Amino acid sequence: MIAALDEVEVDYGGRRALGPFSLALQPGEITALVGPSGCGKSTALRLLAGLEQPTRGAVTRTPGRGETAVVFQAPTLMPWSSAAANVALPLELSGVAKAEARRRAKGALERVGLAEAAKLKPAQLSGGMAMRVSLARALVTEPKLLLLDEPFAALDEITRRRLADDVLTLWSETRPAVVFVTHSVEEAVYMAARVVVMSPSPGRIAADQPIPGPLPRPEGFRTTEPFRAAAEAVSRALDHAMAGAAA
Amino acid sequence: MNPSLNRAGLILAPWALIAAILIVWQAACRALHTPVFLLPAPSDIGAALAEGWPALLRAASNTLLVSLQAWAVALLIATALAMLTALSPMVERALAPIAATLQVTPVVAIAPLFVVWAGLEHPERAIVVLAAIVAFFPIFSGAVTGLQSADKDLERLFDLYGATRAQRLLRLRVPSAIPFWLEGAKVAVGLAIVGAVVAEFVAGSGGSQGLAWRILESSHQLRTADMFAALLVLAILGVGLNTAVRLVEGRLLQAWRGR
Repeated sequence: MIAALDEVEVDYGGRRALGPFSLALQPGEITALVGPSGCGKSTALRLLAGLEQPTRGAVTRTPGRGETAVVFQAPTLMPWSSAAANVALPLELSGVAKAEARRRAKGALERVGLAEAAKLKPAQLSGGMAMRVSLARALVTEPKLLLLDEPFAALDEITRRRLADDVLTLWSETRPAVVFVTHSVEEAVYMAARVVVMSPSPGRIAADQPIPGPLPRPEGFRTTEPFRAAAEAVSRALDHAMAGAAA
Repeated sequence: MNPSLNRAGLILAPWALIAAILIVWQAACRALHTPVFLLPAPSDIGAALAEGWPALLRAASNTLLVSLQAWAVALLIATALAMLTALSPMVERALAPIAATLQVTPVVAIAPLFVVWAGLEHPERAIVVLAAIVAFFPIFSGAVTGLQSADKDLERLFDLYGATRAQRLLRLRVPSAIPFWLEGAKVAVGLAIVGAVVAEFVAGSGGSQGLAWRILESSHQLRTADMFAALLVLAILGVGLNTAVRLVEGRLLQAWRGR
């Protein structure tokens, strides 16, 4: 087990935003969290990252300092620093010598296919490139736990699909535990071995659906019967959760 | 409209307006025979400018020097204090009311005090301090705002990797503050000139011979054309300095964000 939330509840200003919610992450497993906006998906992610404490309940985390990485919805790069300096940041913050950090940053940029962009600043990158730099920054420490908070939400469909495959390929190299937050059922089913459906605010688990099939996904996986069946099952679970909340 | 024509129009528009005003002004003065001490015609002002040029230039360079000194002092102190507020919210709470008081205090109201403190033989010191007080606030408030403006997710990233306070300040907050600080510095340079001239007025004619002194002297002698000439030089000084700082700011911002 890499990290676990045990009956956690989070209140913001006296209002329940999440929970009670329990989730245990196994090493190397990709879990997707799907749910409507405001259901506390991002809050759950921040709890798993150790960036926030629950109001009630317990959070267990085994990764040490620098072994958890987060990719946010926006690329969240430092606009004043080059791509390479942005990627080197996690290493430099944990005391890796600058030359060594830059060398490993270059390596990480190569892995996401951006070796050429090392010297460019974020304003000179396209949205997809900036997201790749953000991904390289997350991977540069070789994390045991990788948390992705709707990382492709601002990108176009084609870039999104290509990045989805790239994330899975990168995952297969070091096999960290991954949590992938999204509001797209299709994306969740494609990315994850397990999809957790959350109910509207305050978020609870409405369904926990295993997804069959190999990871990374083979070509044409979106058109296969198991994919469609899983997507339909998750859709139904989401509809059910929404209807339950409306009633 | 043709885009290049449009562009030329945009550049020429202010000059055309100035020319139009000058022509109407000149014609009206001629037609109405206004006395020169009341409202001199542009041609009278031009003559005064041509005649008093060396003295005006000396006065302008005095005012410029004092303004730049005041600006430098304000930059130094305001930036240092803003950095202190970033290290501890307590410092910010402590400084906020004093900074606000400085901002709302009219410089003329405290000028006599500083003239006395600086000593009557050193009015230029009082002028530098007073102009620095006027220039202080925009830099300070810009820097404080900027130091708190870092992206919240970037802050979380620094949390995640266990950044120290020094790392967070130097690698995140200070760079995030640069655009705000530059904006404050730009506003401050204009205020430093205004502060210097106002302080010169109050400090009187003693040893300080800036543009305000030229204006005062001309006004006492009812040499209104000379007053206008000094005002014109002051306006050119202000606009010139502002433009220079804006160009530098633009360059630095471009380097900051790489585009």
